[in-house]
Amino acid sequence: MDLEYGPEYQDFTKEVQNFCKKYKGLSFTDRSNNPLGSSGGSGGPKMSRSEWQKILIEKGYFARSVPKEYGGYGGEADILKSRIIAAEFSKAKTPVAMGGQGIDMLVPTLLEMGTEEQKQAFIKSTLHGEMIWCQGYSEPNAGSDLASLQTKGELVGDEWVINGQKIWTSTAQYSQMCFCLVRTEPNAPKHAGISYLLIPMDTPGIEVRPLVDMTLKAGFNEVFFTDVKIPASNIVGKRGEGWAVANATLGHERGSLAPPDATMNRVNMLMHLMKEETLDEKPLIEHPIYRDRLMQIQGKVLAQQSHALRLLSAKLNPGADVKLGKMIQKLTGTELRHELEGLAIDVMGEIGTLYEDSPHLKNEGTWQFIYMYFLGLIIGGGTSQIQKNIIAERGLGLPKEPKIEGA
Amino acid sequence: MYFGLSEEQSFFQDNVKKYLGEHATIDNIKHIASGDKKNLSAEIHQGLLNLGINGLLIPEEFGGLGLDLLFAAVVSEALGGGIGPTPFIAPYVMAPTAIIHAGSKIQQENYLPKIAANEYRFGVGFSEFIGKRNDAGITFSDSALNGRAMFVLDTNNATHLLLANEKGQIFVVDAKSANIEIVNLITVDKTRHYSEVICKNLDAELLENSSFSIDPINQAIDAGRIMLAADSIGASQTMINKAVDYAKERKQFGRAIGSFQAVKHMCAEMAADLEPCYALVWHAAHCHNHSPDESKFMACHAKAHVSEMSKSIAKKATEVHGGMGFTDLLGLHYWFKRIGLNRQILGSPELVREEAYRAQL
Repeated sequence: MDLEYGPEYQDFTKEVQNFCKKYKGLSFTDRSNNPLGSSGGSGGPKMSRSEWQKILIEKGYFARSVPKEYGGYGGEADILKSRIIAAEFSKAKTPVAMGGQGIDMLVPTLLEMGTEEQKQAFIKSTLHGEMIWCQGYSEPNAGSDLASLQTKGELVGDEWVINGQKIWTSTAQYSQMCFCLVRTEPNAPKHAGISYLLIPMDTPGIEVRPLVDMTLKAGFNEVFFTDVKIPASNIVGKRGEGWAVANATLGHERGSLAPPDATMNRVNMLMHLMKEETLDEKPLIEHPIYRDRLMQIQGKVLAQQSHALRLLSAKLNPGADVKLGKMIQKLTGTELRHELEGLAIDVMGEIGTLYEDSPHLKNEGTWQFIYMYFLGLIIGGGTSQIQKNIIAERGLGLPKEPKIEGA
Repeated sequence: MYFGLSEEQSFFQDNVKKYLGEHATIDNIKHIASGDKKNLSAEIHQGLLNLGINGLLIPEEFGGLGLDLLFAAVVSEALGGGIGPTPFIAPYVMAPTAIIHAGSKIQQENYLPKIAANEYRFGVGFSEFIGKRNDAGITFSDSALNGRAMFVLDTNNATHLLLANEKGQIFVVDAKSANIEIVNLITVDKTRHYSEVICKNLDAELLENSSFSIDPINQAIDAGRIMLAADSIGASQTMINKAVDYAKERKQFGRAIGSFQAVKHMCAEMAADLEPCYALVWHAAHCHNHSPDESKFMACHAKAHVSEMSKSIAKKATEVHGGMGFTDLLGLHYWFKRIGLNRQILGSPELVREEAYRAQL
């Protein structure tokens, strides 16, 4: 066990701290598409999110290992430096780089499996925040059983002709592009009949209809495709290989939904609130039942933080067996965050139900919003129940449910 | 940066596991529990001494191995997993830790080499410092102890005891003295020993550095709590492994019960609950030696969190076994009960979480 990063990282930590100081109070001139995105501070420099993105790439604080020719920093991947950046930015409340499905999922996929033309065409503008992507995976009849999707793609001449419907499509209303799973081989077995296509959202025949969620703030969409024609070359991997391509990106998504450091920041925020807010003229933190519930959750988050260090170490020191350890992250991370946000509502009682721009709102109403938002994350990206199937079957080797004929 | 066990730690742990796998068989545990083979526990203990478990934490200058608490934690994990029916936490973790921090140079020279050489074996009774129950409590005056200590750990075959009063002062007493009465307490856990100790004008030696500071006793209690958490991790892992194996084997309605989601999800929940516990306990053990400011906070959370997860795992793993899980035949209950004791000893979850809260201020 050695938790020291070593002297070269001390210099890097100082460099990042100085950078954060320079941009203290940074605020943005445009809104975030991400409901959990930072709104920035005040009293510091002002710029657009895309300008900020470029500064972060230039310094190597974002897209560090993406080659320069594709708009990245062009450095060696350095897991510890990434961690230092995340930790120092969080401490200094410096806004982090934009994420989103294009940056988090499509870019790694293209780097791994895209053609040279695709890399040239899409990675740079995506990283710079100029090209927004949405993910066209789920359909009304293909949720947990995603591989049963039915949106159809037919190669006619040198064009794909696409017909069908996608649902739960976040950010479709802002997106220039969609990475989409489409059934192109109707006679192949269900997993082998899918292709991974890249669809410009301004193509005629695409209709985006908003689908409002329970938070009334974040939005999904339904996306309808009617004879949508795109070039035959807009495919990642070969025909019928889309399932494997998509699984590579789902892996990227699952690990990053509920990082424990972010949850611990919320624990600290709640503890602060409980010292400020009173019930019967006594600070909430002095009420033993509320305090114990907070401490229970703090213990759980602490365990997840230590666990994240173990997984980090396994990346640096290959050979450690953390297969099961990785599989549990989506389930435990999202459930815990939801539980924590719910505790904050409980300790505030009636005040905890306030929302939108009500008088007496605490912390801008984020407790209620994230409580509901994380219920969405518990369901999305593979429900908790699907996660348990994965853990039990792939992690513990338990037998699969017997297949029903024809499913 | 490396977060995990060293090769030496894993190797030592494997040796303990292997030894217990061969000697602490379920049949032998049943003999020990029923008391019909008196020497069996001592024989297993001797085998573990041959591996070196008594000298782990004792500095090399006193004849020990001079290892850190993480090493002891991985041994404790193996003892919980293999249901080691022998003393460990009191004589080889809490006592050396207490003597290292509370003992004067002379006291260290007097006691530590004898623990390493297996001449002295300590039981430990610090319960009254953690939370005093009815009629319990030790007082010290004129070099003598009076009163009652409850839930003194590992008293069987102990030559000496470490007892503490409410102020956290630590005393060495002779376990064979005429002025001491050691009453065996019968708990649900038959794999380890817990006693009530009654002192009447009992000669006692105060460990000098515990006279004005509660730091030494806290060090020993933190170390003990981390060991209990590690023991529960080992016990939980064994219960999960048994449940998963059983769910693959047992058939009902023409299929392995592990193919039913009701059963499969219980197994997944157990694994997801336990997995982060490893890192938490290793981290807490590491902090004990290398990050003293966080040590108490981490030890308390490790103890409380693992206690909660293990309790739930013990229940679910038993349920996965159905009626068989409830029988003595299978013996699953030895782990269930060990987890039950680990939860209450040295502070139940509510008590230690409160300490964690105060430790972070």
